[in-house]
Amino acid sequence: MSIRDFWRPFQERKIAEKIAKKIEEIALKLEKAGHDKIKIMHVCGTHEHTVTYYGLRSLLPKNVEVIAGPGCPVCIVPAREIDEAIELAKNHAKVFTYGDMYRVPGSYESLAQAKAKGADVTVVYGFIDAIRLAKETNQDVVFFGVGFETTAPTAASYIVNEKIPKNLHILMSYRITVPAVKYILNVEHDLGGIICPGHVSTIIGAGSWSFISETYGLPAVIAGFEPIDVLLAIYEILTQILDGKAKTVNEYRRVVKWEGNITAKEYLRKAFLVTDRNWRGIGIIPESGWVLKEKYKHLDAREKFQIKVGEGIDIKGNCKCAEIILGRAIPTDCPYFGKACKPEHPIGACMVSSEGTCAIWYKYGGHLIRELVKETE
Amino acid sequence: MSNDRIILAHGAGGRESENLIKKLFQEVKLRKIDQGVGLDEFDDGAFIPLRSRFVASTDSYTVDPIFFPGGNIGKLAAVGSINDVAVMGAEPIAALDSIVVEEGFPISDLKKIIGSMVNIFESENVALIGGDFKVMPREKIDKIIVTTTVLGILDDQTKIILDSGAKPRDKIIVSGTVGEHGAVITALRMGIEAEIGELRSDCEPITGVMKIAKKIGGIHAAKDPTRGGIAMALNEFAEKANVTILIDEEYIPIKEEVKALSDMLGIDPLALACEGRVIMAVNPEIADELVSALRKAGYRDATIIGEVKKDENWNGFVILRTIAGGLRILEKPTGELTPRIC
Repeated sequence: MSIRDFWRPFQERKIAEKIAKKIEEIALKLEKAGHDKIKIMHVCGTHEHTVTYYGLRSLLPKNVEVIAGPGCPVCIVPAREIDEAIELAKNHAKVFTYGDMYRVPGSYESLAQAKAKGADVTVVYGFIDAIRLAKETNQDVVFFGVGFETTAPTAASYIVNEKIPKNLHILMSYRITVPAVKYILNVEHDLGGIICPGHVSTIIGAGSWSFISETYGLPAVIAGFEPIDVLLAIYEILTQILDGKAKTVNEYRRVVKWEGNITAKEYLRKAFLVTDRNWRGIGIIPESGWVLKEKYKHLDAREKFQIKVGEGIDIKGNCKCAEIILGRAIPTDCPYFGKACKPEHPIGACMVSSEGTCAIWYKYGGHLIRELVKETE
Repeated sequence: MSNDRIILAHGAGGRESENLIKKLFQEVKLRKIDQGVGLDEFDDGAFIPLRSRFVASTDSYTVDPIFFPGGNIGKLAAVGSINDVAVMGAEPIAALDSIVVEEGFPISDLKKIIGSMVNIFESENVALIGGDFKVMPREKIDKIIVTTTVLGILDDQTKIILDSGAKPRDKIIVSGTVGEHGAVITALRMGIEAEIGELRSDCEPITGVMKIAKKIGGIHAAKDPTRGGIAMALNEFAEKANVTILIDEEYIPIKEEVKALSDMLGIDPLALACEGRVIMAVNPEIADELVSALRKAGYRDATIIGEVKKDENWNGFVILRTIAGGLRILEKPTGELTPRIC
């Protein structure tokens, strides 16, 4: 058939097409130089959204592949910590959670399922919302603090400024992105470059990623979230590979500074202590999370309520969530994807959050792109 | 207080019911079909003394909030069922309504809601030939539910228009900008009404569009893309006719405000409900003519957004070329749709 016949060029589309053309040219040179597969990993759920929503994979030459890494902050929270939140909501306090976390399965159930059975759970938009609601009640309340460096500073600033209502405690589940990328690069991998997360970099600064080129010799580009941002990042990475020079480049200069948000970083440093953390289905990643500093221990929900839960079941059956999060598999490698596991009844965390790779692929038909491209070639 | 609020007795079928209903529906001008039985008789049912081919559709409206920029639940209830009948090719002629309200509901609001519904029926020449009115105790129902049933006649020359009628080579036409109703309701529900600005729900009858389209002929399939937006409607076309539909995102008319709200709320504008638009698969020979006729009649944003193909690997799928030039599958919306949008 002639799907191609139908499309006509548009002014607004021209820039994307120009970059895609350049990518194609450089990919051809790389192919001739022996690069028959170049894998570029991004580490941000919003980047996966851009890539899939705009169908960017269909614009890439066959020797260039973009894969999703650990970019979904709710996907990587271990089941055990969800179990803790459920235990709190059942027996101790009202639990405030982000909507994205609400339906993620714990070991046995999600917060949503627990709520249906009577657990006290309320979905909030963020920490400030939780503070507001906490002030409206005398009841004990707990904020389920999940997220990367993007959400943690808000909580940290309230903690440091001592603006936390007496009845509010925090279930600390925040994670740090840089150690996860190091974790992936420290073992055998086949990555050719990294697209670094725009939002996280706004806080931690583009400079935080320079280790990728300096220590690991891989191109790294901090990119924004428009389709053109991502295409430019891919182009830059391919150029560096061809030139044989790895650099860390900030493509998202309109938002991200090299040094990041110094105030936010200061709050994080003052409120939290870096610690080793478990990632869902992956295991311990050194220095990848935070605990409250001694001074703020009284805010810790775990200390206050002395909750005890079992080991936690992160991965059910043959679910490939952990491999997908590490960029070692794609959703279609999972036997459950789109069959037993759908957004309506998720098996793994990646099918729940709007930043989860499986949810994005399912929603926007990402799993069919390869065949679609074959068809139109 | 009881004078301006609904009490349980208003729905008990006695004198209070009769008085209230008479008052609320006194403005209705078209009250029966020909010499049949209609609103005035308060009989057990309506009688329509016609021999014809009929199309019927019924829907319960639960939209939350009940008043929104561009309409209210009453207007929506009239428009929604009229549109369902009209997109099948019929001319809506008669309606029945069934209203359930919560005890304590302001009578002034009820008047406004029924007034809007009646206005639409009148402007569309649709007779209101019967109905029902009930009251539920406080908190047993959320404010109000309006159900409407609309009957349309399909004259002998007009072929019924089904979802399954799309044919290879057909052009896909949309009668106007998409997603306004869904964007407005979602924004209100998320508590960001300030962001709505000048945006209004597109809630309007689409009988004008269908008249023009029927006159020109060549409509193979038509839908009013309500819940699930054009993403859902197009998937239904593709699935039911077992064809491949190609859509170019650049052609899809979407207001800037809708794009901005969708961005902010993280929703796909293509999955947002329309309540006053038609999406059609039409014979390619008449597609341009139909678009110009629609534009001339005031549907300025009517445009061709895609076409129908037959491909054994991709039948049943909608393939979208995105604004970045990439390809993706336009899936049926799942999960995050705002409940109670209509």
